[in-house]
Amino acid sequence: MPENASGGTTSVVTMLDSTLESVDAAEEIVLKAAEEMGFDEDSRYQIGMAVRESVVNAVVHGNRYSERKKVRLSVIKEPDRLTILVADEGQGFNLDSIPDPLAQENLLNQSGRGIFLMKTFMDEFDVRPVEPTGTEFVLVKYLNRKA
Amino acid sequence: MSVKLNVRKVGDVTVIDAVGRITLGEGASSFRDTIRDLVSKGEKKLVLNLGNVTYIDSSGIGELVSAFTTVTNQGGQLKLLNLTKRIQDLLQITKLYTVFEVYDDESAAVRSFG
Repeated sequence: MPENASGGTTSVVTMLDSTLESVDAAEEIVLKAAEEMGFDEDSRYQIGMAVRESVVNAVVHGNRYSERKKVRLSVIKEPDRLTILVADEGQGFNLDSIPDPLAQENLLNQSGRGIFLMKTFMDEFDVRPVEPTGTEFVLVKYLNRKA
Repeated sequence: MSVKLNVRKVGDVTVIDAVGRITLGEGASSFRDTIRDLVSKGEKKLVLNLGNVTYIDSSGIGELVSAFTTVTNQGGQLKLLNLTKRIQDLLQITKLYTVFEVYDDESAAVRSFG
């Protein structure tokens, strides 16, 4: 788990297996960082939920539980914000292809709410492609700002 | 800890007391199996007590929706009891709060079946 620190910024990268156990592991790593930064309980709950959803997405939909593929979790602590990057080695996907879970016709769908929850619970959310293949979720939460 | 489910009867109403976490994996699948088992036995009046559910993720929400549609499609009703603040908030932001009939008193939930 290499740790880099410069100018008040600390970043830690962890490589996780493509298993559901990694969801708990990622949550624990991120919540420890959030607690150290002084995020309140509600914010930690929201951060934890977003991280769980992003790692579930990476393990299940990105890497499809492949033993050969890893999930890269980056936790970047800055004085005013916590940034979490979750990258998989999957085929990538188009965010616009995800149906709106709040649309009346989708309300009773069993799945499709994970990305919505990430967007709702974090202050910033982005999805970007990773070279040579994969998708990275970008989750940002600011200190002293209520979602 | 995943979810533990205790099933009991109050008159002709089946109350399911859930304790723990309903998340992707064991928690969600054991929840699904229990609901399907009850429906296959012909239970049509179900109350799901979530008062001791400490955490639910998007998969858990999906399982609640799936349980609701499974029971409804068999001509039954599934009602929710004792939502924690966080579960209530989750159901509100996902617009599911209006889909479910929600109670904070067990006897009222049981009586509501008529």
